[in-house]
Amino acid sequence: MMGLVISAALLGGYYAILATGLAFMYSVMNIINLAHGALIVMAAYGLYVLGTLGIALPLGIAVMSVAMFAFGMILHRTVLSRASGGGELLPLLATFGIAIILDNLMFQMFGADNLSLAPFVGDLSWASFELPGDIFVGQLSVYILVAALMIIALIEAMMRRTDLGRRIQATSQDRATASLLGINTGRTAGIATGIALAAGVFAAAAMGLRSAWGPYSGSAQLLFAFEAVVIGGMGSMWRVLIGAMVLAFAQSIGAAIHPQGFLIGGHLTFLIAVFYRLPAWRVALTNLRQPRGPA
Amino acid sequence: MRTRAPITVTRSGATAHITLVLLALAAVGVACLPWLSGVGGSGRAVALLVYILLAVMWNALAGFAGLVSIGQTLFFGVAAYTTIRLADAGVDPYLAILLAIAAGALLGWITSLFMLSLSGGEFAIGMWVLSSLAHLCVNLDPLIQGETGTSLIALNAYAIETRSAWTLWLALAVTLAVLAALLVLLRSSTGAAITAIRDDEVGARSIGVDVMRTKRIVFVLAATGTAAAGALWLASNTTFQPRAYFGVQWTAYMLFMVLVGGLGRIEGALIGALLFFVIETLFGAYGAWYLVGLGAVAVGFALFLPNGLWGWIGPRLPGEAIPTGYLITEINKTSREEI
Repeated sequence: MMGLVISAALLGGYYAILATGLAFMYSVMNIINLAHGALIVMAAYGLYVLGTLGIALPLGIAVMSVAMFAFGMILHRTVLSRASGGGELLPLLATFGIAIILDNLMFQMFGADNLSLAPFVGDLSWASFELPGDIFVGQLSVYILVAALMIIALIEAMMRRTDLGRRIQATSQDRATASLLGINTGRTAGIATGIALAAGVFAAAAMGLRSAWGPYSGSAQLLFAFEAVVIGGMGSMWRVLIGAMVLAFAQSIGAAIHPQGFLIGGHLTFLIAVFYRLPAWRVALTNLRQPRGPA
Repeated sequence: MRTRAPITVTRSGATAHITLVLLALAAVGVACLPWLSGVGGSGRAVALLVYILLAVMWNALAGFAGLVSIGQTLFFGVAAYTTIRLADAGVDPYLAILLAIAAGALLGWITSLFMLSLSGGEFAIGMWVLSSLAHLCVNLDPLIQGETGTSLIALNAYAIETRSAWTLWLALAVTLAVLAALLVLLRSSTGAAITAIRDDEVGARSIGVDVMRTKRIVFVLAATGTAAAGALWLASNTTFQPRAYFGVQWTAYMLFMVLVGGLGRIEGALIGALLFFVIETLFGAYGAWYLVGLGAVAVGFALFLPNGLWGWIGPRLPGEAIPTGYLITEINKTSREEI
């Protein structure tokens, strides 16, 4: 029983790291990036290629973070900035199209084989800590949970304490006023996209170390990330962590009930969360809109 | 004092009549296919009709009700599964298809009770979650055996020529019925409400449009049409593998057809479906590269030509091809204004 709780909490750590980039982009740019999963899978392929070139994984993560940050800036300039000017539907359609392009490009480049990053980290992938009561905990899962906590803390600190964070907040709250105050809103939104994609590199490393992935793994990752975000609710990055934990526990309970109940448990919890929050959402939305006055 | 200019109000012009004649000729041509091109041609024609159904229905949902759904495969897959289940229970396969369409409508109504409170990305992915949930549940059915799937064996009771012809005529009848239903809906007072919501949802609500009721009507119609497409696809291909029906590639196809043809116009969805059918016939064998191309073209249209091909063609025609509004002509003047 204790083992089940611990393993669910560690799985929650993985979902938290998966969902951070998605939640960040939604909270600051109001875009649900349907290419989130595909971009994570793309970063994982990047880490794999760097690994086969003999570059150690920590260095590989650093290199890929820079690369994905740059890619995020480009993505914002070429697609997202244009799409977000065209109403609510266009960003969804455009990012879904990008996901289709990336999935199939990766299939063409790397084939249908499932790859893993585990060979690049020696015995870390099976090493474990022993807890009192004969409970063994995979070291890797613990590190993933710690990494998730650190990334969320970093993003929160950046948003609240740094100049860049304040610029991002201003841009997300009211673009016109922010630009009147001299903020380059296009560039700020581009940096925010870059940060979201760079955070995705850590999710990619976690995914590649935990399990094997293939070119079409992105949609499942997007679904987990999105479920965690919706279950947790908006407001703070810490709520993403709560949502990820609830999702992981629901899936673990589902799996304990029925061999194929893992995903069903998660989906049902997502729907319950949606149901539960409906009236509250409307109140929250009207509260958000009122102080702004007529747009 | 100003005298009122004499005006005439019509609902259709020459362009509409020509379009109607062309569509009727196309329908007659498709209906004659079993005698002209045999089993293979009928199968391709059913594919085209399924694409038309999917495009028109997804366009109604996204273009008219402002609801982008990634999970319309919920209705597509569940209808195919229902057909399999009913046929396995001894129901005639063609009757099973009709019942599955009705089941799709019912499922659409039930889903609409809670999904329509969501909007934007929450609705889009919420529908996807429902679709995956249905996919997982279908996989649990011992008759389906997980991803192995099964076939609509009951169709073997009919000779192959008979059944391909029947499937084609059923597909044609269903497609025409759904198109007619959509057109009647758009030309009714609900249609005016739909147009108002499409143009400005908040504005529509402020002038007293019952947004929820209007969206529900469109959503249930879209669910019904998509369910019909799923059941017909099964009748044409006979094999049922859950992944082939609940797969996200169908959403990619719908996105492509509607964005390229033109969001928010029936004509656009028809053109998009026809174009997709041609592209698939020519390039479908290229596998993943073909999907890369589809995605790239769809994104390109979304960013640079958001009104699609019909957004370019439509304004260049004299009058509307499939008229849903009123045409007001001032007598003695050539200027026309559509409302």
